[in-house]
Amino acid sequence: MSDAAHPRLAVCPGCIPGVADPVNPAPTVARLALSLPTIHCQACISTLERALGAMPGVRSARVNLTLKRALVEAEPDLCAADLISMCEGLGFEAHELDLTALTSTQSDRAGRALLVRLAVAGFASMNVMLLSISVWSGASDATRDMFHWISAAITFPAIVFSAQPFFHNAWNALRARRLNMDVPIVLALVLALATSFWETSLSGEHAYFDAALTLTFFLLAGRYLDHRTRAAARSAAEELSALEVPRAWRLDATGQATEVAVADLQVGDLIRVRPGGRMPVDGVIVDGRSECDRSLLTGETLPVLAEPGAEVSAGEVNLTGPLTLRATAVGQDTSLHRLADLVAIAESGRSRYSSLADNAARLYAPGVHILSALAFAGWYLYSFDLRMALNIAAAVLIITCPCALGLAVPAVTTAASGRLFRAGLLVKHATALERLAEVDTVVFDKTGTLTAGTPEVVNLSELSPRQRAVALALAAGSAHPLAQSLTKAILAAGERPAPVADLTEIPGDGIEASSEGRRVRLGRASWIGLDLNTGAAQTATWLDIGEGDPFAIFFADAPRPGAARLVGQLQEAGKRVVLISGDTTAPVADLAARLGISEWHAEVLPAQKAAHVAALTQSGHRVLMVGDGLNDTAALAGAHVSISPASALDAARVASDIVLLGQDLVPIAEACRLATTATRRIRQNFRIATVYNIIAVPLAIAGLATPLIAALAMSTSSVSVSLNALRLR
Amino acid sequence: MIVLAYLIPISLLLGGIGLFAFIYTVRTDQYDDPEGDARRILSDEWDDQPKP
Repeated sequence: MSDAAHPRLAVCPGCIPGVADPVNPAPTVARLALSLPTIHCQACISTLERALGAMPGVRSARVNLTLKRALVEAEPDLCAADLISMCEGLGFEAHELDLTALTSTQSDRAGRALLVRLAVAGFASMNVMLLSISVWSGASDATRDMFHWISAAITFPAIVFSAQPFFHNAWNALRARRLNMDVPIVLALVLALATSFWETSLSGEHAYFDAALTLTFFLLAGRYLDHRTRAAARSAAEELSALEVPRAWRLDATGQATEVAVADLQVGDLIRVRPGGRMPVDGVIVDGRSECDRSLLTGETLPVLAEPGAEVSAGEVNLTGPLTLRATAVGQDTSLHRLADLVAIAESGRSRYSSLADNAARLYAPGVHILSALAFAGWYLYSFDLRMALNIAAAVLIITCPCALGLAVPAVTTAASGRLFRAGLLVKHATALERLAEVDTVVFDKTGTLTAGTPEVVNLSELSPRQRAVALALAAGSAHPLAQSLTKAILAAGERPAPVADLTEIPGDGIEASSEGRRVRLGRASWIGLDLNTGAAQTATWLDIGEGDPFAIFFADAPRPGAARLVGQLQEAGKRVVLISGDTTAPVADLAARLGISEWHAEVLPAQKAAHVAALTQSGHRVLMVGDGLNDTAALAGAHVSISPASALDAARVASDIVLLGQDLVPIAEACRLATTATRRIRQNFRIATVYNIIAVPLAIAGLATPLIAALAMSTSSVSVSLNALRLR
Repeated sequence: MIVLAYLIPISLLLGGIGLFAFIYTVRTDQYDDPEGDARRILSDEWDDQPKP
């Protein structure tokens, strides 16, 4: 930047009101990411890369088959919609991904650092092990000393580099005056290195260089497994969020719509929301008529009328006609975000869960220190030989070192999460499986969770062929979910549309046309001219074919595939199943009866939902909450463990521990069973590790442990723990 | 036993080469798309000249 660009800096900078930000240069290159869920082979890669690369404005395109994504660098004015239509022209399904939501997948620095440390520890431990084996098989005198010195020269830098994560964690724990698993690890490493170095300098017989390195290697392997499982879940969860690119259409003074990021919207902006679009902000409708689906916010399945003057909240879906809103609250102030406060309160209420690994560490860490200190004190008082006492203390620490304990949990969670991922469940939280295993009560939300959120025609058979033909002709052109479902049902019944003329859709009301000289209409009851006194117990649309009375077509929310089987399997497993919904009583009672759920609550407000869950928790139940809506987020965060479907709002997915990727609900039952098995395996692993310790520790305390015995105990326990975990796959 | 003076450095050197090769592959993003890389070799698009 030249001085001319900032002439005001010549005066005192403190006097300038608001230092001007340097103008960002216009981006010279735009990076766009596409999700391509259907690519599967090398032909797909080359077709897409060639076609994308040949598009004007594209600088480079790279397809990643593992992540099923394409990363495109292009001129800044190129729009993702062009790329998507091009991909779809080639026959590939494509969705835009929000690159800012994909940050951690882009460069997994922590994972790489761990991998490099693991490689260094593996390399060093193999070399030192070779030297140690020759020592154990009889190398003596100068040869042994030389081997020990070479081992020391390899071990010291290798440990300093690869064991850094343990040093960090142990230091942090000690600074907070706590003990964690890393404190005994670091103590064992330091003591082993110090005594081995001392022994070597005195031409001693026993050096534990190999043990220190193998220990580091196994523990790093556990950490890496743990990290990879969580990184995979995080990247899949990020991809779900990245699929919802937050964009909105803002109208300028001349009425021109421009596409802007939702974050840039301000109070008072005029925003156009197209049919099928989600409200980006809270606002008041100034123009247009439509219906809004607020099922994700409240659980209601009946769409509500939206007309000028009506208030809408962020997250509602506009169904039929284009709407223009004036924003009344944006960003953090929207009702969507205000619910986040509720979530924060619910989360603080969640009892602090202490994982199995924490519990084991709490027992183990002080025990090991006391044992090793006692061994040291005992031998010192018995022989007054500091060198021998220190050697034995180091041997005790190394033999008890939690190699197997460090692998016991991550190996099992990795195997179980992998199996659940193949079944369509994404485990986001490290201790989610352990908590899932304890569940005895399952609370379901209705709309969008147990039901697919798509209405289904109930009384199609009561319609005459003429009524069906007219209804099909009217409904076929509409984007309204009721009309689409009606179209699908009538087409499936094999009906042809009746010829109609002057077809017009009146947003918010219905569709009308003329057929055989008569006016035919399909829409809401009040618009058809009916005074509805039966009450809106069931979702319905009315058909008027110009002769006879208007006819009501009823809809019911179809249960998701597998909902009945899931409920049945959960009840068979002895779990209490509860249905809590914000919807009106009639549909909730209907669904509960269909699925065989005896305990249900309807018309429940979001805060009451969380209160229900908290009450269940307080009465000693462990609650699994399954929900998708914004009204569920507080309950999701407050429950012992929570699951949300991938179709849920971002806020609900963030609040839940496990995300269900597919449509089918049955994997949840499998997850509950697998979680119980996984927890049992973890406990088994702890027992295996303990058994090895029980055999080896007396030897170490008696001073009979050699580095060979330490290496054997450590490797066999780690390998048997890993094999036991692999039985889960 | 003087042979050890040659063999130990040689074995360390060979192991070290392997280690550095691995670190190099990690640093240069060669594990980002294992499935795609395995498939790309089947495409004959860049057989005659390297990708520019």
